[in-house]
Amino acid sequence: MAKGKAQEVQVPTDHEGVLIIVEQHGGQAKSVSWQLLGQGRRIADKLGTRLMALVMGHQVEEVAQEAIAYGADVVYLADDPVLEQYRTQPYAHTAVEVIREAKPEICLVGATYTGRDLAGAIATLVETGLTADCTQIDVEPPPSRLLLASRPAMGEKLMATILCKQRRPQMATARPGVFEALPKDPSRQGELVRVPVTIREEEIAARVLEFIRDPNRVNLEDAPVIVAGGMGMGGPEGFEMLRELARLLGGEVGATRPAVDAGWIDRAHQIGQTGQTVRPKLYIACGISGAVQHVVGMEGSQVIVAINQDPDAPIFQVADYRIVGDVHQIVPALIEEARRRALVGEEAVARG
Amino acid sequence: MHVVVCVKQVPDSREIRIDPVTNTLIREGVPSIVNVFDLHGVEEAVRIKEQFPGTRVTVVSMGPKSAVAALRECISLGADEAVLVSDRAFAGADTLATSYVLSEAIRKVADQWGPVDLVICGKQTLDGDTGQVGPGIATRLKLEQLTYVERIRQIDPEARRITVERHLEDGVEVVETALPALVTVVEGINQVRRASMPGMLRAVRYEPITWTVDDFPEIDRTRIGLKGSPTVVGKAWVPEPVSRAGETLTGQDGEEGPGTPAEVARQLFDRLLATELPAQIGWAVAPVPAGDGGAGTPDGSPVNGGVA
Repeated sequence: MAKGKAQEVQVPTDHEGVLIIVEQHGGQAKSVSWQLLGQGRRIADKLGTRLMALVMGHQVEEVAQEAIAYGADVVYLADDPVLEQYRTQPYAHTAVEVIREAKPEICLVGATYTGRDLAGAIATLVETGLTADCTQIDVEPPPSRLLLASRPAMGEKLMATILCKQRRPQMATARPGVFEALPKDPSRQGELVRVPVTIREEEIAARVLEFIRDPNRVNLEDAPVIVAGGMGMGGPEGFEMLRELARLLGGEVGATRPAVDAGWIDRAHQIGQTGQTVRPKLYIACGISGAVQHVVGMEGSQVIVAINQDPDAPIFQVADYRIVGDVHQIVPALIEEARRRALVGEEAVARG
Repeated sequence: MHVVVCVKQVPDSREIRIDPVTNTLIREGVPSIVNVFDLHGVEEAVRIKEQFPGTRVTVVSMGPKSAVAALRECISLGADEAVLVSDRAFAGADTLATSYVLSEAIRKVADQWGPVDLVICGKQTLDGDTGQVGPGIATRLKLEQLTYVERIRQIDPEARRITVERHLEDGVEVVETALPALVTVVEGINQVRRASMPGMLRAVRYEPITWTVDDFPEIDRTRIGLKGSPTVVGKAWVPEPVSRAGETLTGQDGEEGPGTPAEVARQLFDRLLATELPAQIGWAVAPVPAGDGGAGTPDGSPVNGGVA
């Protein structure tokens, strides 16, 4: 039954446009979706084509409107009770129907647990190439229009660009925190296309029984301020100081892999190639030498402050403000000063 | 119950180094290991077997002949049988082609040893890091797909249902679905126990069953190996951070010599508050309390310098 000769696959030329699959839970979109619309806008403009979004869920028209405000020209809205909660089968089924109808040349999905679960199913159903967990997304200008999907490879020590030359859409999942969302513009105009949901509840075996929120998880992706520590913090007590400083600045605590491996703080806080990529407004690196594996996970931060005893520490090369000194003296002084300045509401009265 | 575990032999990425002079990968002497997440998959299958006597655990791997070592390790941990799918024709496969071949192999396993109730994969491999092969197999074999599972709560072989806890960003999702299903597991699902003495003895003389492309007369040869893989690697490079022209804070504006930590702290906050950060972050910039030693003038500090 094997087909004797390999049929040369032609690049489908009837596929055009960039599609972002928006991830929402309970009507709340994940910020990676808006980040991808921002990057999608940039590449769609470069290709001279339209940016599309797909919103799936139940009673999520507001999310669809938001997608327009964040840069989409066209939003496909699949709104149906069977899509109330994420389940692979109905979501993949619906997304594939939209992809077959809209025929995008590029389809991007956030590299969250849900996004990776969904993208893997979709790419298999449409038999196309999927690049996982990208940290750079670009396109070659026309005529080639190729998606340049780049990601860490080989134990995170290399970056590699993956190409999908002959199948469409070219698919990729992209890491949260890497790309910048456009400012939300509610006055932006876009087209809302309602798509029918053809799968019925009786055809779906999976039931989501409950969701147990874990209060110990950290949201580094959306934190405006991250105070991060490395081996220079000396132990878990050092991270207690950082927690205090982060609290006073309205931020979260991050960590390098060695500090996590040493057991000083939970892995959920890890920033870097093997952890999370973050781009907060303010990043304060405390006792972090600045290994490249860490730096690539935070160099997109708007303002970087580095504190290290070693004036030659590589972290200083990416810092806007360098403080050469002992974190055990500098961090307490920063805590003191942050208290005095009372930057975050409830802590304002902490000290007179 | 018939449980199939998909495993892959991978280079131990922790041992891969970059040559600092040539900026190339040093692959020599890098040991091969069983992908760690897959070991947790084997362990979970063996635990299911302990719970439901009569369960059969079949391990399937696609890879070169040397992957026999990885399969022997799975046997030592308690798997019943191991199949190595190995042929030059399968080489160079991306996740799409890999999931195609593994699905065909699982079909063949079912033909030979009975219907498969559960397929277990690691959540991703250490070398590819994609997590796409599990969903690919589930989609092709029309299995219920349950990824990032950190606990199998219950399997009911009579009712043909399975309940699992999935590890998500902000918590745990409990999902119940029908068998046959495919589960991808995270490292937290179990502790991989040491091989038993009988297990080790069996593994030493165990020869995995090897299937080549000729053992799959129905397979579509345009969909396997390099040819069946839509993705290709373009360029590769060693990431280099972009440096910023930063300012060294000494705590002493315009003067020589290091200040006290308190002076440095004050200087830093003066700088930060003179930028757009307070508005962006939502900091309340209260009138500065007494003892202000700030710069006084808005400085041209290099905010976001050098980043494209």
